[in-house]
Amino acid sequence: MPLMLGVDFGAYWATTLLKVVVVLGLIPAGAIILGYVFLLKMMSHMQSRLGPMEAGPHGSLQLVADGLKFIQKEDIFPERSDRFVFAAAPIVVLMSTFLLYIVIPAGPRLIIEDLDTGIFFALAVSSLSVLGILMAGWASANKYSLIGALRAAGQLIAYELPLVLAVVGVVIQAGTMSLQGIVMAQADGEIFGVGLIGNPFIFTQFIGFALFLIAAQAELTQAPFDMPVAESELVAGYMTEYTGFRFLFFFMGEFGTAFAFSAIGATLFLGGWYVPGVEGTLADVLGPLVLGAKIMLVAFFIFWFRFSYPRLREDQLQAFAWKLLIPLSLLNIAATGVLKVVF
Amino acid sequence: MAVTTDWQKSAYIAGQAADARVNVELETEGMTLNLGPQHPATHGTLRIVVRLDGEQVVWAEPICGYMHRGYEKLCEVRTYPQVTTLINRIDWLGHFANEVPFILAAEQLMGIEAPPRAQWIRTIFFEMARIANVSLFLGDMGIQLGAITPVFYAFRDREYVLNLMEAATGGRFHPNFDRLGGLKEDLPRGWVDECHGVMARVISFCQEMEDLLMGNEIFQTRTRGIGVIPAAVGLEYGLSGANIRASGVDWDLRRDEDSPLAWKHCDWKVWTHPDGDSYARYWVRLQETREAAKIITQLLDGLPSGSIQAKVPRIIKVPAGEAWCHTENPLGEMGYYVVSKGGRGPFRVKIRSASFNNISIVPWLLRGVYVPDVITILASLYFILGDIDR
Amino acid sequence: MLEVLRRELGGGILGSEITGSDLCVRVDRTMWRRLAELCRDELDMDYFCFLSGIDWMVNPAMSGEKVWEPEGGGVVMEGDEAEPEPAAGIQTGAAGGDTRFQVFARLYSTTEKRGLTLKADLDETDPRVESWVGVYRGADWHEREAWEMYGFDFDGHPRLRHMYLPGEFEGHPLRKDFPLLSREVKPWPGLVDVEPMPGEEAEVDDSVAAAGAGADS
Repeated sequence: MPLMLGVDFGAYWATTLLKVVVVLGLIPAGAIILGYVFLLKMMSHMQSRLGPMEAGPHGSLQLVADGLKFIQKEDIFPERSDRFVFAAAPIVVLMSTFLLYIVIPAGPRLIIEDLDTGIFFALAVSSLSVLGILMAGWASANKYSLIGALRAAGQLIAYELPLVLAVVGVVIQAGTMSLQGIVMAQADGEIFGVGLIGNPFIFTQFIGFALFLIAAQAELTQAPFDMPVAESELVAGYMTEYTGFRFLFFFMGEFGTAFAFSAIGATLFLGGWYVPGVEGTLADVLGPLVLGAKIMLVAFFIFWFRFSYPRLREDQLQAFAWKLLIPLSLLNIAATGVLKVVF
Repeated sequence: MAVTTDWQKSAYIAGQAADARVNVELETEGMTLNLGPQHPATHGTLRIVVRLDGEQVVWAEPICGYMHRGYEKLCEVRTYPQVTTLINRIDWLGHFANEVPFILAAEQLMGIEAPPRAQWIRTIFFEMARIANVSLFLGDMGIQLGAITPVFYAFRDREYVLNLMEAATGGRFHPNFDRLGGLKEDLPRGWVDECHGVMARVISFCQEMEDLLMGNEIFQTRTRGIGVIPAAVGLEYGLSGANIRASGVDWDLRRDEDSPLAWKHCDWKVWTHPDGDSYARYWVRLQETREAAKIITQLLDGLPSGSIQAKVPRIIKVPAGEAWCHTENPLGEMGYYVVSKGGRGPFRVKIRSASFNNISIVPWLLRGVYVPDVITILASLYFILGDIDR
Repeated sequence: MLEVLRRELGGGILGSEITGSDLCVRVDRTMWRRLAELCRDELDMDYFCFLSGIDWMVNPAMSGEKVWEPEGGGVVMEGDEAEPEPAAGIQTGAAGGDTRFQVFARLYSTTEKRGLTLKADLDETDPRVESWVGVYRGADWHEREAWEMYGFDFDGHPRLRHMYLPGEFEGHPLRKDFPLLSREVKPWPGLVDVEPMPGEEAEVDDSVAAAGAGADS
């Protein structure tokens, strides 16, 4: 932390190393928190059952136990699989997840790297996971996986567009692509002259928020868009042949990306780490906690939809994206642009 | 489903082009995919070989027999009470309902009739078997489509019904309670009151399912217009039960057949639906579950008192003859053709199980549908492997 | 209903019987398909219930008679000894019958709410009959099963192949001379625990004991 307050501790490598360690620690932590709270406990309670209760108090260490279990499993390659691609696929997916965390701000000075093209960079690297999924499906030498991967390719590419276009509205309103800048724009803004809580973009960009949530749901291949991983049809889609730590990578990738997207959503629309009235070092301390709370809120919606809705068929899914979401997002951009100029 | 729009055609072509760019070694005529026998979507070990063209099914064939237990042969070497034990397991979710037509056929041959109390309680158990069976379907259809929550509600509420069955008969899944001439035992004390409470719960569960799943737009998009079965084709194939009532055929053996069980003593309705699609099948079954709960409530109120079993000799020998008895089981029409030569066991029992015919329509039905719709159609036809394979 | 059939088929009808509330009609096997078409067109039988076969040969090893008289002398049997001749000893059921094998089917009319059982005798050495697939599409699977279990041949069926049994299975299981292997290996233990409970009804005792023995198998 002191490093990022401007005190140059010395070698560039030391700071980079610290940043890398933070990111590598953040992913599993984020995945575990999200996984435990939402997947295990919230879903269970919604389904009138208790969920895991054995490992740790109220089952809180369940995912840690699962992680350890996965690591010690035998590393199996299907006989006719393409070994290199098979091994590389989960790494590609996880890599795109890690890269996402670079630009997410957790406080006024708590950001790994404040890129000027922050959100653009984030969306760009999140698309890399499509490549990893295709590699996984193809290299598995399994027809089910291949079907899952092809579906995933179509779906993820289709839903990139609403995601990007929804974000464009925010960018227009904030005037900058840097995520830190977007938070500042929300912090400094006012609603009809009242500057009490800043101007979280959710009020003006509610369409954008809805589009972002839906598109994020699709990007994460969660229900109702989980055709690639349709459990009752394809047994796990592109992940069918993966066991052990490779499956752990996919799992972490999925939940890590969910955490990251929730964070981006919270940053873009809810104000990120900003708490009204808090400045300076206090914001550095409170920022991550506030961001965490907002992440939980966004993730709540994402997972709530996941448990409640059946899945859309692939062509219905595509129709939904191309015929409904993209025109809506274009409309949103047009409206934002006009209103920005007018007001 | 079988009609492809222009959009779908161009999407398919685009998909094929994308396939060609990736160096795919699949045959271009299509990919043969095996759904099952171990597969989460099939209720048991059913194997369906589909030949795919992209995501569309060109040709499909179910291969059953992974669970064939040779019931008809086994029945020939057992006495009548022993056959009752066996046939519980044909449709294992609608347990009691399997015993009833067989016992009725044997009673027909013997010329005896069970006392009214036994007939009424048999009807109550029959309808409870229907609730146990179909409420699982209501949740299960959700999970086949991806909604993972309703199935837990279904299991939760089904537990109450199974507990009642266990209290009365000793068996949650295989009560083995029907005997030639009546039932094995009378109901335990307090059962009737508890049953009232459980039926109220079942009705609220049906309402919950209706709101949660049937009202869901995605569910409707996934099931409306999928797997339409015209009534004439369905009848030719021998589709029965809710499947054919969802195609508009007003036929229910409980009402149309003069059976000694107590359905004529209550006021109930037969539900049909004009479309023959998957949504209609789900809808009809939901209404039937509610109706079953109402029937049970009426029967409980009017339960006659009396003996529970007619006088039958100690060693039962059924006189020679042939008898056919069929009932409206949860899965469809189930019937037994019992050929007796005057012995202690039947000479030949032909078991006409509902799911066998329900699944025979699958090759015809699955042409031209997408892979996800295959799952929807199978889920909506609702078969139990034991019923297909006997 | 019988009158309509009689009128159309004339001498083809070899026997008919009313069993309970049900009509059973037996025809000559050349009339089998014609009968189906007749039922569908004239009698409004739109619903195809099932199609199967009966093997009328009495095989004492197969019958329930043999085993449930463990005490007491000998085995109570019906009909003949191990090798029954075709003509003697075969007693068929409703609507009579001359041969060992019979194919039987059931149709139902959903509009008029009545059903009909149809039978035809098949030749013992070459049991073959016309297929109903053109008349009722559902007969496809039932005929496959009948072929597999009994060895009946159905002319006109697109592809008679195994329904339940694996592809290389030999023999036709539901025939009476096909042994039930579990019985060959280990003879039926008979009723066990026949001790009557004190003060219980005779029927309850018997059914409880039978159920107990049934659970043992």
